[in-house]
Amino acid sequence: MTPTVPQAVMEAIDLAQSYEVTRGLLAKPATVKAVAGISFALAPRSTLAVVGESGSGKSTLARMLTMIEKPGTGALMIDNVDVADADAGTRRRYRGEVQMVFQNPYGSLNPRQTIGAAIEEPLLVNTSLSAAERRERAIDMMKRVGLRPEHHGRYPHMFSGGQRQRIAIARALVLRPKILVLDEPVSALDVSVRAQVLNLLVELQESLGVAYVFVSHDLGVVRHMADEVMVMYLGRAVEHGPRDAIFDDPRHPYTRALMSATPVADPEAKKERIVLEGELPSPFDPPAGCPFNPRCPLAFDRCRRENPPLEMKSGRMVACWAVD
Amino acid sequence: MNATSTPLLSIRNLSVTFATGRGPFRAVDKVDLDVAAGELVAIVGESGSGKSVAMLAVMGLLPWTATVTADRLSFDGKDLLALTPRERRKIIGRDLSMIFQEPMSSLNPCFTVGFQLREAMKAHLDLDKTARQKRAVELLDLVGIPEPERRLKAFPHQLSGGMSQRVMIAMALACNPKLIIADEPTTALDVTIQAQILDLLLRLQKDSGVGLVLITHDMGVVAETAQRVCVHYAGQQVEMQDTRGLFRDPHHPYTSALLAALPERASGRILPSIPGVVPGLADRPAGCLFSPRCRFATQTCRTIPPPRAGADLGYALCHTPLVDGHPRALKKLEMPA
Repeated sequence: MTPTVPQAVMEAIDLAQSYEVTRGLLAKPATVKAVAGISFALAPRSTLAVVGESGSGKSTLARMLTMIEKPGTGALMIDNVDVADADAGTRRRYRGEVQMVFQNPYGSLNPRQTIGAAIEEPLLVNTSLSAAERRERAIDMMKRVGLRPEHHGRYPHMFSGGQRQRIAIARALVLRPKILVLDEPVSALDVSVRAQVLNLLVELQESLGVAYVFVSHDLGVVRHMADEVMVMYLGRAVEHGPRDAIFDDPRHPYTRALMSATPVADPEAKKERIVLEGELPSPFDPPAGCPFNPRCPLAFDRCRRENPPLEMKSGRMVACWAVD
Repeated sequence: MNATSTPLLSIRNLSVTFATGRGPFRAVDKVDLDVAAGELVAIVGESGSGKSVAMLAVMGLLPWTATVTADRLSFDGKDLLALTPRERRKIIGRDLSMIFQEPMSSLNPCFTVGFQLREAMKAHLDLDKTARQKRAVELLDLVGIPEPERRLKAFPHQLSGGMSQRVMIAMALACNPKLIIADEPTTALDVTIQAQILDLLLRLQKDSGVGLVLITHDMGVVAETAQRVCVHYAGQQVEMQDTRGLFRDPHHPYTSALLAALPERASGRILPSIPGVVPGLADRPAGCLFSPRCRFATQTCRTIPPPRAGADLGYALCHTPLVDGHPRALKKLEMPA
């Protein structure tokens, strides 16, 4: 597994989560393994991108990292303290260190709360600052994300999508967390606004030193933002390594298919096209062996029997029997 | 604009104005478009650029608050504006069909997929019940749905997003249309499923020679599928070029800035973003609509609406269209009197 990095701000060791789902009155409840055995170490000021399609377990992972949910098994270390099994007090203390920005800025802001109040709320809950200090911190953070102080008393409907995402980022950063989990932060935004928000995230990382866990399905954005990339398929990491290793020379057949399926904004680009057949298998009934084997062009007998472990191969971790 | 053959769909000067509580809002402003049979034209633009509204106007699907005007709006030789609603209904859904975005919300949850698929055939085709069922099975098979007989009995909630979108495509194909308008057909889907759906649309377009209008905001999808591209901004058509030309040498500053803002085309850590936002109802500039965000804007741009350049400059709606990234003033001769 990933070697322990002593200075990591966050380290996940074999995180797993499964849910029990009832399937009708008489049927036995089924277990869905939403996330199985995810490990990584996140260095300060760095960005780990988590890539995968819907149903790959990215959002469950994000919920565990932000301590919204307790992991089923495994450890989550923040500043070398395991918060997965910690008592409520410790978890509360460390929650301030990990904040989250959600995909849909329209849905994640209360329409009846001024944005000033929304940004100050984390301070009200987690600190003992006075009202004047809270306001000062909120306005300072608003300036950092490119909002004007006079926006403090306005309501979310008075802002555009890009500005709302700035508000959400300001609210997440106002507690000065060490880690920001961004769940598809720009996928609801138009191209021109998306570039503004991505630039803001780059600037904030440099000025505040915050580390990002960047969950996205957009490989163009991921390549731009990430230092490290983890590709997930059906709750498992199938490939995990430095950005350039993954993008320049993807090894796992799923990573390759994902990259070849992503449209490139260059009509003259020559590329091999691997079109996967079928869809993500049902997580209730995952295939035996490697979870990708029914759609994999390279699958052979062993893939249908044994699940490949995530191993170090050519400078990245990859879980595939066909990769040397 | 494409004078080689009689176009299937021909639009000149199409404008759509909505009556709103705060006065009229022009959502589509003087748009031209020709689509020939067997051609794939993409319309790109950000939200609010009027790309969907323009095509809904062609389909006649806009609410009563919308006023549609055009010098020409003809499809397959018929003037769509002069048709009675009854005559229009004979064409819409048969010769001219549409694939909507968000398949999950476009299918009726109360009826089976088969019922919804056969409904269009019942209205438009002279087929009996068994023939319609047979055709429905063929269609699902054509769009790559396994076990079509069983899937016809399924309700929309029992299908995945990709499956639902295939059903939407099958519905659009049901009556052998001459032109399909696909409004963001893959936006709600994962990339591997998006690739399957785009391949399917391209194969159908090549095999059956239908014209296809693809509305999208994804420049990657445009680059990989379209032959010609129209770029819309704030309701106006700011540029139209063949795809390779558009990506190689965009003539309108908006197109150029849009391409530069794509992370996959960027070189540095900071992207060259476009400052500001698309103008709304209240803050529409006097001159060029893009002038407040344009880095080449001059005093002329801010005060006088720009003329349309010629075909060599991508019909760019700009005072100083770009050539190789540099603005070039239009010759006085090309200025309208």
